[in-house]
Amino acid sequence: MKREDVPQEGNRTLDGHRKALYARDEQGRLQTVESAGWAVEELVTSMAVAEFRELAEEARRRVDAGQSSPLEFYMYQRRMDLQVLAQASGMWRWRVRRHLRPRPFRHAGHRALARYAEALGLPEQTLRSWPPEEVS
Amino acid sequence: MTRVEFQHRHAGHCESGVMSSLLTHYGLPVSEPMAFGLSASLLFAHFPFIKVGGIPLTAYRMPPGSVIAGLSRATGTRMRRSRYRDPEAGMRGLDAALEAGRPVGIQTSVYWLPYFPPDMRFHFNAHNLVVFGRDGDEYLVSDPVFESPQRCPAADLRKARFVRGVFAPKGLMYYPEHVPAEFDLQRAVRKGIARTLNVMTRAPMPWVGVRAVRRLARHLDKLGRRADPRYTRSLVASVIRMQEEIGTGGGGFRFMYASFLQEAGERLDAQALAEAADAMNGAGDRWREFALAGARFIRDKGQSATVPLTEALEHCANSEAAVYRQLRQWLRRHPAPSAAAAGK
Repeated sequence: MKREDVPQEGNRTLDGHRKALYARDEQGRLQTVESAGWAVEELVTSMAVAEFRELAEEARRRVDAGQSSPLEFYMYQRRMDLQVLAQASGMWRWRVRRHLRPRPFRHAGHRALARYAEALGLPEQTLRSWPPEEVS
Repeated sequence: MTRVEFQHRHAGHCESGVMSSLLTHYGLPVSEPMAFGLSASLLFAHFPFIKVGGIPLTAYRMPPGSVIAGLSRATGTRMRRSRYRDPEAGMRGLDAALEAGRPVGIQTSVYWLPYFPPDMRFHFNAHNLVVFGRDGDEYLVSDPVFESPQRCPAADLRKARFVRGVFAPKGLMYYPEHVPAEFDLQRAVRKGIARTLNVMTRAPMPWVGVRAVRRLARHLDKLGRRADPRYTRSLVASVIRMQEEIGTGGGGFRFMYASFLQEAGERLDAQALAEAADAMNGAGDRWREFALAGARFIRDKGQSATVPLTEALEHCANSEAAVYRQLRQWLRRHPAPSAAAAGK
């Protein structure tokens, strides 16, 4: 890649940051060049972000309809899935999956809840509360 | 406020950037591409049976930790690595190192670092950065993928160091305990290249190396005949995302490796390496073309054929295979100096 071919088209997901790419200067030396971003990167990253957002919105509707526990919404909202949440909280997957249902979650113990709270970085009361306050 | 003078460098990739600036700080100047090349961290791997969010895992470099381990082996640096079970102890360990005037590398999650742009925060637990000071409740952080030093509140840094899950950092903290005044560059370069050649052309599994690129190309070709393009679309997006976004940009590791070959060629006065560097730079360009083709495919909602993707990947495989042939020739023509000749 030549220095002048380094993409500078911008990338919203970088939020104004620039990345260092290795490219050739006039003498043919490969050195870092600051890149403002590439549309291809922006596309794939925003796809990944959007996917979690959609999952969270679907979960929100299910919680509203009483089909899911708030935990499912917060999980996706924190860009996790079942596997990641199970690993981050150190709980069995089947247990987490069970807690995604409203009734078992209502009866979940304090310790389980504390683990979810820690893994998700949210206070326990928030996990129980519904509808969610808008969190970042 | 404790603070160590530390030269921040903007790098293409976190781990090689951290190792380059740490070793340089402790007295052994190593560029980022050298760190990457000498540790033999270049890779292509696609594992259909390891799924992340239902999509097979693709990797363009060796697993986390291999730059640290590989570079210290290649240069004869002794690293001091500590992991902590207790977060309090981990933070105390960090403070103690800073008090002693030592900047240290640490492993963190990306998600819990507040200075990352929101759209870049995913649960990837093997990010690396240097901490070089503390100002009250904030740590001074030299994160190689950022242009300038950052600040990170202690509570967030602590959370990022002690997340659980895949690649859990367990508070990993490291710094060079002993750096050699110099090392045998010729030997280190040869060994690094030989290792990369082995991995990329002789791996005994079909999921690793140039073969894996061709395998993925064929797989995409088959997927193109499927009725439902949704899976193909997410697969292509994931392959490109791993290539462009995680760690580097623009087939970044290929360009970085090209830079390594160039620097090695200059310092060892080896024209063959300079030529291989040009060829590897070309391979990086092929990867960028693949990413472009992939982006087009994704924008078409997966309605278009996968033929251009397969072709682009075949080009990547061919051009990389050509580089490896060149490098193998160089290795053959310049046999390693025997142990006796090296005076051991």
